[in-house]
Amino acid sequence: MAFREYKIGSRMFGLAFGTSMFITLYMPAVDIQNVSATSIAMDRQLSFGRVGGFSYEDPFLLGWAKPITVQISQDPKTGAAIESTRAFVYEKDVPFPNGIRHPRILGTEPAAVSESKGRINEASEDQGAVFIVREVVEGGVMIPYIENATATRGWLPAATLSKANESQRLLVGKGKIMFVREGCWWCHTLLPEQTQDWQYFGAPPMLGDFNGESPTAFGSDRKGPDLTHVGSRNSSREWMVMHFFNPRLVQSHSIMPRYDYLWGEKDASGTVIDYDGWRAAYTAYANGESIYPPEVPLPAADSEARALIDFVLNLK
Amino acid sequence: MFKYLFAKAEDIPAGSAAIYFGYSSIIWFVIGTGLGSFNAAKLAFPDFVMGSEILSFGHMRQVHVLAVILGWISMAFAMAMMYITPALGNTKLWSEKLGVWNCFLWNVGLSIGLFLLWMGVTSGREYSDLPWPIDLVVVLGLLVPLCINVLMTIKTRRTQGIYTTNWFFGAATFMVIIVFTVGNSPEFFQLTGLTEAYLTWWFAHNVLGLWITPVAAAISYYVVPKVTGNPLYSHRIGHLHFWSVVVFYSTPAAHHLMSAPLPEWLKSFASVEGVLILVPAIAFVSNLLLTMTGKWRMFVENIEIKFTITGVLMAIPLNMQGGFQQTRAINWYVHGTGWIVAHAHLALLGFSTFLEAAAVYYGLQTLLRRKLYSLGLANFHFWMLLIGFTAYWVSMTIAGLIQGAGKIYEVPYIDVVIAEHPYMIARWVGGTMVFLGNCVWLYNMYMTARVGTVIPAGRLPHELAYER
Repeated sequence: MAFREYKIGSRMFGLAFGTSMFITLYMPAVDIQNVSATSIAMDRQLSFGRVGGFSYEDPFLLGWAKPITVQISQDPKTGAAIESTRAFVYEKDVPFPNGIRHPRILGTEPAAVSESKGRINEASEDQGAVFIVREVVEGGVMIPYIENATATRGWLPAATLSKANESQRLLVGKGKIMFVREGCWWCHTLLPEQTQDWQYFGAPPMLGDFNGESPTAFGSDRKGPDLTHVGSRNSSREWMVMHFFNPRLVQSHSIMPRYDYLWGEKDASGTVIDYDGWRAAYTAYANGESIYPPEVPLPAADSEARALIDFVLNLK
Repeated sequence: MFKYLFAKAEDIPAGSAAIYFGYSSIIWFVIGTGLGSFNAAKLAFPDFVMGSEILSFGHMRQVHVLAVILGWISMAFAMAMMYITPALGNTKLWSEKLGVWNCFLWNVGLSIGLFLLWMGVTSGREYSDLPWPIDLVVVLGLLVPLCINVLMTIKTRRTQGIYTTNWFFGAATFMVIIVFTVGNSPEFFQLTGLTEAYLTWWFAHNVLGLWITPVAAAISYYVVPKVTGNPLYSHRIGHLHFWSVVVFYSTPAAHHLMSAPLPEWLKSFASVEGVLILVPAIAFVSNLLLTMTGKWRMFVENIEIKFTITGVLMAIPLNMQGGFQQTRAINWYVHGTGWIVAHAHLALLGFSTFLEAAAVYYGLQTLLRRKLYSLGLANFHFWMLLIGFTAYWVSMTIAGLIQGAGKIYEVPYIDVVIAEHPYMIARWVGGTMVFLGNCVWLYNMYMTARVGTVIPAGRLPHELAYER
């Protein structure tokens, strides 16, 4: 750098680039960080688990070490009848979401209440824990917070799971992994737009609806409908099963791929699925050679298809 | 290539690294566009190749994107840097051995990363899809060695000043390291929610704005004066281009999330800065087109100039779209539609690819000291690329406008899918033409290395007549 102009130039470059980074990285990060989490954000991260993409505990995105969302109407400790409650069960060694690990992500007030009333700092991944989302009114303001029900009510993960039958368990955490791994978000956004999507796709999210969630999988290129509130528009599990197995069974013009491979080898009754036979029968139906399409096998309880359908039905 | 990895530095012929990078980039281009064509077929015909998780659209879409960005475009950049930077400094590449290793690591690292991505190992964030261990490989094995080599070559130059191209090369190789590291940090540091979403698009914007666009432009600052023999029209306008890229192009990242609930000041700021992208764009295009004064015959007659100037001309619609489509007035209509897909391909397959293709054509002839095997095949490649791209761009733009109309009038989504279908087929045809053109290019460059006419010492490739 023999020339004086390059000394000045390189300093100016540092100044320009540094200022740009300050405005586009530091200022937005500080601003976004000051936003408190809503109860939606708490529900989302508690049902999805720590990470929805690559992570130590699940490097191949197979849905390992994810929480289970249950709907219970019996107290897991006493067995007494309670109001129907949505609880998030973290069995032993399932990593807690970011809002539990780093409560300041939840924002000042929700973090303080979650720690004082919700006792989330007593939760331990070695033991597992059950969480619920609650709200409290303080000074006329509604503050959502996370309650560690294992500490406050003595709900143990195994006992809580036992109070929910198969239809009351949603494998939302594993389903989010399937949603990310299978690239659903390349075509379906999870972000209704603020300007024109209200009527058709429902309300757009608010600023605090994502604290603690990773990745948000908003998607950028919509080739199918937005799915943010799809569970409210269509809550039929039967429709979802048919649609994922072959979308053209329920929507003849759909360009969605068939996700039949997520069913695995065996269906819910333990019968080996004959994919070639099914496809041949479907082709005959599509060509008008038979009147009825072949029966869609029900996904097994531990299949990837079931988790993905749970995730989609949970998008309310 | 492998024999030079452990050879003594003085035994490695000058230009080896650039040649390996050049051929690697063409091969990755064939792979990337082949994947693109396959994906487009799946969008047009959803039951084309079914029942396989690995061959499903959701597993291959991101592999296509990253194969093209990190394989084709970035390796063509590395190739251009490794022969243009020393040429402009009247010196040799600082370390040919580091360059050969860089190329080796680039191919290996990218292959592993894309294999994992293809298997579904993803971070779930667009453009920064690679899991963070692979991000570290990209930074330490690919970008840092390249940056060291380029900056040290500029430092050890034997000319007084630094030419425009080398300002961009030096700055961009440095900035891309920062951009890649910061942009992928949310995954490593567990940043969440909107912070993560914003950083994802901060990366996606800046990898284009501070890496692909300026380096592609820098290449044409070399190729046009070199091949036409005209000096660059204006050094000062080059300054304006460089500084406005650093100041304006690095700031509008938030305009990719105009419909997300980000702070309003951030979106407004990004939108205003986004329009200011027109400053470097106009400076660049006018500078290059004025450099062509008196040599416009070469736009028709010379294949390198034909590619370069086509790319420069595509910067006009690219930046008119890019500057204005992100304002609130327009963005609400086109956001998340095929319009944006068309725009992204205008940037990467239109503008940037044509500039890099010229650099690879010209650089491989110069370094191999062999004249291009066949002008006919090169022209065939040019027209396949141009017509294929145009078919793609026009069809996706129309599809995007249909989607936009469907979106604002809240038409049932399936009707939009039905209306788009013919354009999906047209897009597949266009993409397939690009892929076939690239296969011909690979053959042409292979034959150039094997049987191209030897260029005598002291002559430039474009001074020789074609034999085919």
